Amino acid sequence: MEPHDQIEAGQTRATDACASVSRRSFLIGAAFVSSSLLLGGCGGGNSTRGSAAPRFLEPGERNFVRAAVDRLIPADALGAGAVQAGVDVFIDAQLAGPFGQAVGIFMQAPFHLGDTEQGYQLPFTPAQVYRLGIQRVDEHCTRTLGSAFAQLKPEQQDKILHELEDGKIDLGEIPSGDFFGLLWKNTREGFLADPIYGGNRDFAGWKLIGYNGPRYNYLDDIGNYGKPYERPYVSLGGTRPVMCRLSDSPTGRFRGPGCEYAHMPAKVHYDALTTTTGKVWPAGNL
Amino acid sequence: MAKKLPEVDVVLVGFGWTASVIAQELTEAGANVLALERGGWRDTVPDFSVTHIQDELRYAVRKQIFEETQRSTLAFRNRPDQLALPMRELGSFLPAAGVGGAGVHWNGQNWRFLPTDFLVRSHNEQRYGKKAIPADMTIQDWGITYEQLEPYYDKWEYLCGISGKAGNIGGKIQPGGNPFEGARRREYPLPPLKRCAATVLFDKAAREVGLHPFPAPAANTSKPYVNSLGVQMGQCTFCGYCEWFGCANYSKASPQSTILPVLLKKDNFSFRTHCSVVRVLTDSAGKRATGVVYVDQDGKEYIQPAQMVVLCAFAHHNVHLLLVSKIGSPYDPASQTGVVGRNYAYQLSSDVNVTCKERLNPFMGAGALGQVVDDFNGDNFDHTGKGFIGGGYIALWNTGGRPILQEYLPKGTPKWGGGWKKALHEDYLYSTHMQCHGGMMSYRNNYLDLDPTYTDDYGNPLLRLTFDFYDNEHAMSKFLTDHATDIAKAIPNRGINSKPRKGHYSIVPYQTTHNTGGAAMGNDPRTSFVNPFLQSWDIPNLWVMGSSVFPQNPGYNPTGTVGALAFWAADAMKRYIRNPQPLVQT
Amino acid sequence: MNRRWAIAGALLLASAGAAVAAVQVYAPTRSHHAWTSIETGRYLARAGDCEACHTAEGGKPYAGGRPVPTPFGIIYSTNITPDPDTGIGAWSEDEFYRAMHDGIDKKGERLYPAFPYPWFTHMTQGDVDAIKDYLDTVKPVRQVDRAPELGWPFSMRSVLAVWDKLYLDAKQFQPDPKRSAEWNRGAYLVEGPGHCGACHTSKNMLGGPTGGKMQGGMAEHVFAPNLGAGERDGLSGWTRDDIVEYLATGSNRYATAAGPMAEVVQASTQYLKQRDLEAMATYLKSLEGPKPATPNAPSRDTLHAGQALYVDNCAGCHMNNGAGLTNAFPPLRASSAVQAAQPELLVAVILDGARSPATSAKPSGLMMPAFGSKLDDAEVAALTTYIRNAWGNRGSDVSRGTVAKLRNTLASAPR
Repeated sequence: MEPHDQIEAGQTRATDACASVSRRSFLIGAAFVSSSLLLGGCGGGNSTRGSAAPRFLEPGERNFVRAAVDRLIPADALGAGAVQAGVDVFIDAQLAGPFGQAVGIFMQAPFHLGDTEQGYQLPFTPAQVYRLGIQRVDEHCTRTLGSAFAQLKPEQQDKILHELEDGKIDLGEIPSGDFFGLLWKNTREGFLADPIYGGNRDFAGWKLIGYNGPRYNYLDDIGNYGKPYERPYVSLGGTRPVMCRLSDSPTGRFRGPGCEYAHMPAKVHYDALTTTTGKVWPAGNL
Repeated sequence: MAKKLPEVDVVLVGFGWTASVIAQELTEAGANVLALERGGWRDTVPDFSVTHIQDELRYAVRKQIFEETQRSTLAFRNRPDQLALPMRELGSFLPAAGVGGAGVHWNGQNWRFLPTDFLVRSHNEQRYGKKAIPADMTIQDWGITYEQLEPYYDKWEYLCGISGKAGNIGGKIQPGGNPFEGARRREYPLPPLKRCAATVLFDKAAREVGLHPFPAPAANTSKPYVNSLGVQMGQCTFCGYCEWFGCANYSKASPQSTILPVLLKKDNFSFRTHCSVVRVLTDSAGKRATGVVYVDQDGKEYIQPAQMVVLCAFAHHNVHLLLVSKIGSPYDPASQTGVVGRNYAYQLSSDVNVTCKERLNPFMGAGALGQVVDDFNGDNFDHTGKGFIGGGYIALWNTGGRPILQEYLPKGTPKWGGGWKKALHEDYLYSTHMQCHGGMMSYRNNYLDLDPTYTDDYGNPLLRLTFDFYDNEHAMSKFLTDHATDIAKAIPNRGINSKPRKGHYSIVPYQTTHNTGGAAMGNDPRTSFVNPFLQSWDIPNLWVMGSSVFPQNPGYNPTGTVGALAFWAADAMKRYIRNPQPLVQT
Repeated sequence: MNRRWAIAGALLLASAGAAVAAVQVYAPTRSHHAWTSIETGRYLARAGDCEACHTAEGGKPYAGGRPVPTPFGIIYSTNITPDPDTGIGAWSEDEFYRAMHDGIDKKGERLYPAFPYPWFTHMTQGDVDAIKDYLDTVKPVRQVDRAPELGWPFSMRSVLAVWDKLYLDAKQFQPDPKRSAEWNRGAYLVEGPGHCGACHTSKNMLGGPTGGKMQGGMAEHVFAPNLGAGERDGLSGWTRDDIVEYLATGSNRYATAAGPMAEVVQASTQYLKQRDLEAMATYLKSLEGPKPATPNAPSRDTLHAGQALYVDNCAGCHMNNGAGLTNAFPPLRASSAVQAAQPELLVAVILDGARSPATSAKPSGLMMPAFGSKLDDAEVAALTTYIRNAWGNRGSDVSRGTVAKLRNTLASAPR
């Protein structure tokens, strides 16, 4: 049996990536760093345990993102919102990684704006869309409302977000609807993805919807029609600091799937077993 | 200078479902078989391990389990008069890369086509008159009947361990199964999957509106199973991360879980990964394939000679290879000449979301856990006056409740903000959806050829897809969606969101990975590339597998028929090996 | 001398294009007697699993070089191909017998008992000769033996004279007239070529056998369970057919071979004849077991945490009730492997994963993933303590220290 191919993980080309995402480098048709070995990002290093240290977004950009996601998924009587859930941390990490760098995406020139049916045709990586988009939005807000987005009142922020969504603000090369769409998509992801990616902190998103987390066996439960599923919240994250070693065996005989998205959550405590309805989970049949 | 390697009996392009079936069958017959796979090796452990596989962001959202568009994509436009642009991000369909192909990440929804599906032109002309088929609708009979394929459907089902309830055994309708299906020789190898709350509700509602629901045939095992090759499979535990993920407990049929443990031990079988086939070679007369050219991961080129060449890559990748190899006559829609690239089809699907009054726990699901009505598929109903032919099934699928992507929210839900949050909070556990899975006819202007502008990593022009839905499909979609809405209304609910598919085909939202056609099978070399045995008309030692050979696409998922055709073709290949010549005289 | 030319001639034949299997008969048979001997030898070499130890990972068959970890250091298996200079091609049958029976090589030096001659000593001379006849047909490989990496004084082979005096009872197997022919055949296979006790018997600090025969012992880093009687941790609940199925196919309704035993089934026991396996099973069923232990009940908190971990990590295959799945995943409930006196096998399987043997009867080779990176030492300790005490199971606690130690051993295992 042919040995399976080891995933090429761990090599970073942080400097190359950083060079290509400066504020001025939106060259149409530029050669993008497209190797699947590109990991990490501009913030330096692969993940750190539960850290909110910035990896891609500069402070002003971080403020924008935090303020925007706070309106997109606000904290309210139903529970935590995007900021409490760490969605801005999530987005920052994503932009620093292969997603932000459009790794694996077909970026060959020439670029033409086609019909909606033909999908995304801009020459920008997600990281570039954020960089340029945030800059332009803040410029627009300052010009029309007197300050950057993060400093506006919530009602003003909502109005700006609706206008972005409806394509009503000029962001130059990037249609504002595309910018908004990306931001909203990433916000939803950050709110509802597994906590190992830095968002959905303390299961904020999953607690909102009532999803207990990844488990593999519902044979005994699927027939209990209409009844709540009573188990504690759980994440994919074990207690090891870096996701790339998930499924690695100590002897290295089995290798995990690669760590480019790694971000460490707080340890999942099995001694505090609170279920979705707030009950303390009974000890069961021991 | 490409290095020439020692000849093999059979070289397979790709190492997914069809390659695994062909390899297993032909090695049993003594042939020396080599498979070339452009992706990497993958297996249950460690690649789909329970420790990490339920990761929606990585696999479903960031699409790490599929092919990367940078390595393989196509250019797309709706009509011939438009400029085709590259599909830069995956959306509408999700081809795979890696051993096992899409057989690793499929749902496991497994069907037999209807007997009339194989005779779609002659049957519809006979029943509804020649005028029922518009001039630009280029449908054709398959050159094979359901009855001929039946034993191979059976073989495939017992290989995979399909869980289901037969509806027609030897002509006798069986209670609890699909009353419309073609006659089969025996029951499925495993009983149907357990029901979940949503499928129970659908079943009841469908009966109330006078339809005939039955459990969907599933390549998710309902019990531990030892298959026809002696390979052991587990039992589906409804983990809810089925389609777009690998299966962690050997309960979804894939090449890895059904064939490879036996195949890979054979001395007369070998495979190479990270080897992309870029050309099929033929002799100077163009009458015989002599082998393939492939490029390994270091960029080195090799010539692999073979006595037989079998294209087992994903549907339209096979067609791309034929076009860049200049094999067969490329199809031209203006003059309607040529066969390679002709009759591309897809699926027209639409959804009806239902927010039920009863808690559903949707996160307990399986890729083919569903309840289905087939009353509106194929020609199972009278189309007189309806303005379309063909149809599709309506199914309540409960494949999972993955938080980011599987939201089936009611109409009028705010797009974001506190209102969106409230809807999610109130509806996530109670919402499900029905899928209207409509077939597609073939059209003059739906085809594949080569793009003039964009190229792939190897300097080949990208495949170009010209494709749209037409009136027939839109009318059928509306019809199905209306009926699905009727069923939804019979379920105690707090909201329904009917979403018929309107307008042009868009490559953006995911629909299905049921791309078909481009190397059609048939009785007539003028309108087909392969004969009814999937052997090329022009080049007898070149064969094409997969849904590339579908002349149009019925209203069912294709894999069951792809598998059956692979077994059917394997038998033909064994006859060919004993006596190498065209199996059908022209 | 004759043999050397025969081999050279056979190599010419082989290179002329004969189909090559992993290990090939190169010498043309000269007489019916020689052929019988070679085939008997091939069979016994399978039973003894010689190829497994005497082949390095990725190395040529029987050419040696596989590291065998011992408490005293690493010993590398030797080249037993018929190469005359670096293998045993120049050894006579008597010299080979002396190695198998007394643990002394051609040069008169003592062999380390990592080579289980204290078990092979029970074999008849005819059987040992047959093995030599078979080995003479294996493809010769030129590969010099690697010197053992042992600390002083174990680096001195003369030390082994003492060891042999203490622990080697160099005697061929004596059939017991009060027992059936089948029992005696089984005893011969188990105590001789099978050398089951080399793993399944406890060893003292000097590596000599201690405790009851085949009542469980450390095999490399894992615990090879008790093969004698025992309701919880022995074979009392297994029928003779269960034992035969396990050895022939790699699994039965109670257990799936894991760790080093998976290799034993895949390379050795799956090839044994049905009646030989039945004989071995008959013999094993007659063995006494250790006194049943009464471990302390673990703490409620540990079990609570362990159960949560079990549902989250293990239930997908082993099911909520620990019953596993017939023909697929072994049960943990009422499992003798799980309730073994020592937990190292269970812990190793959780940390490093496992691959069931791929046999001709059960070709799938189903695998279990490694959880070592996902669960820390405390979690593995709680989880294994739970598994050993759930569903009616009873087993001693597993400590964090045991897990940590094993994690370390696995990580630094030689390749």
